[in-house]
Amino acid sequence: MAEQALTDLRTTHNEASGLRSVAADFSSDRQAFRNVSWGKAMMWIFLLSDTFVFSCFLISYMTARMSTTVPWPNPSEVFALTIGGVTLPLILIAIMTFVLISSSGTMAMAVNFGYRRDRKKTAVLMLVTALLGATFVGMQAFEWTKLIHEGARPWANPWGAAQFGSSFFMITGFHGTHVSFGVLFLLIIARKVWRGDYDHERRGYFTSRKGRYEAVEIMGLYWHFVDLVWVFIFAFFYLW
Amino acid sequence: MAQAQASAHAQGQHHPIKLYLVVWAWLFILSACSYFVDFFQLQGLLRYSLIILFMLLKAGLIIAVFMHMAWERLSLVYAILIPMSAVLVFVAIMVLEADYTLLSRVVFFGPGS
Repeated sequence: MAEQALTDLRTTHNEASGLRSVAADFSSDRQAFRNVSWGKAMMWIFLLSDTFVFSCFLISYMTARMSTTVPWPNPSEVFALTIGGVTLPLILIAIMTFVLISSSGTMAMAVNFGYRRDRKKTAVLMLVTALLGATFVGMQAFEWTKLIHEGARPWANPWGAAQFGSSFFMITGFHGTHVSFGVLFLLIIARKVWRGDYDHERRGYFTSRKGRYEAVEIMGLYWHFVDLVWVFIFAFFYLW
Repeated sequence: MAQAQASAHAQGQHHPIKLYLVVWAWLFILSACSYFVDFFQLQGLLRYSLIILFMLLKAGLIIAVFMHMAWERLSLVYAILIPMSAVLVFVAIMVLEADYTLLSRVVFFGPGS
């Protein structure tokens, strides 16, 4: 530290690390997130707000489950499926988890190929991601149909505490909506990648800003977030 | 990892594809582990601690590697992660509230009261 202080003040200021760099960034009297584009910073801030939305759902579910005097339905049994005569607990949810994780993997690689300016691989990987996302939504629709046929409603269900239905439809419904919009968003960006918008810096229809491959990474942030939320829903709603 | 970190300072994120495949494999393993927690019907403290452990490991891998948080500028990392601690405060408040609600339900609506 002492040696650093003796060197030129300006360089120590620029190369500050740890908490000092955070203080320097926020007190610099200019753009706080240096070398982070506004698009990426705004997506992160949106995701933070979305985190609070999902947190509120999960916390209200926790409150309902902790405060009810009626026994909570056992998700392991409610979501069990019989395949070929064998009853497996939570099997559909497990498959959905693997599908969503796989879509996150293909998305991460799409971002990587985007920065390598490999137009075709990026577009194909994004389409695979969209396909896996659509598969996830399809399986969720199947799960909803099955539960509704068995008598689950937001206000009542045959297995126990009524709040189970309200929490289930609210949380998985909101998450499924996020996945569905993600699929749409993916298809739009994949089309732009395929057309070469980001190679030719074609201007966006709404923003009139030059297209850059960073759009793929920003799309990726949203998609990984959807996967991240599912990790928490899987742990707290299905496994707990 | 060190190589990836060094080259990430250039424009955009440049990491070897292998990194993503390794993380993907780990996410599969961790998801399988958390599924087996339910499959083998583990109960009690072991169940809850394993669920939380696998959940946090998965979330950490997704945020750090897939979302590139590990290579972002520290001021952005703090700006996003620190506000999330407010959620933990909210959880603590609602745990107290839920316990109180349960107590009053048991006292006033329970059988024999």
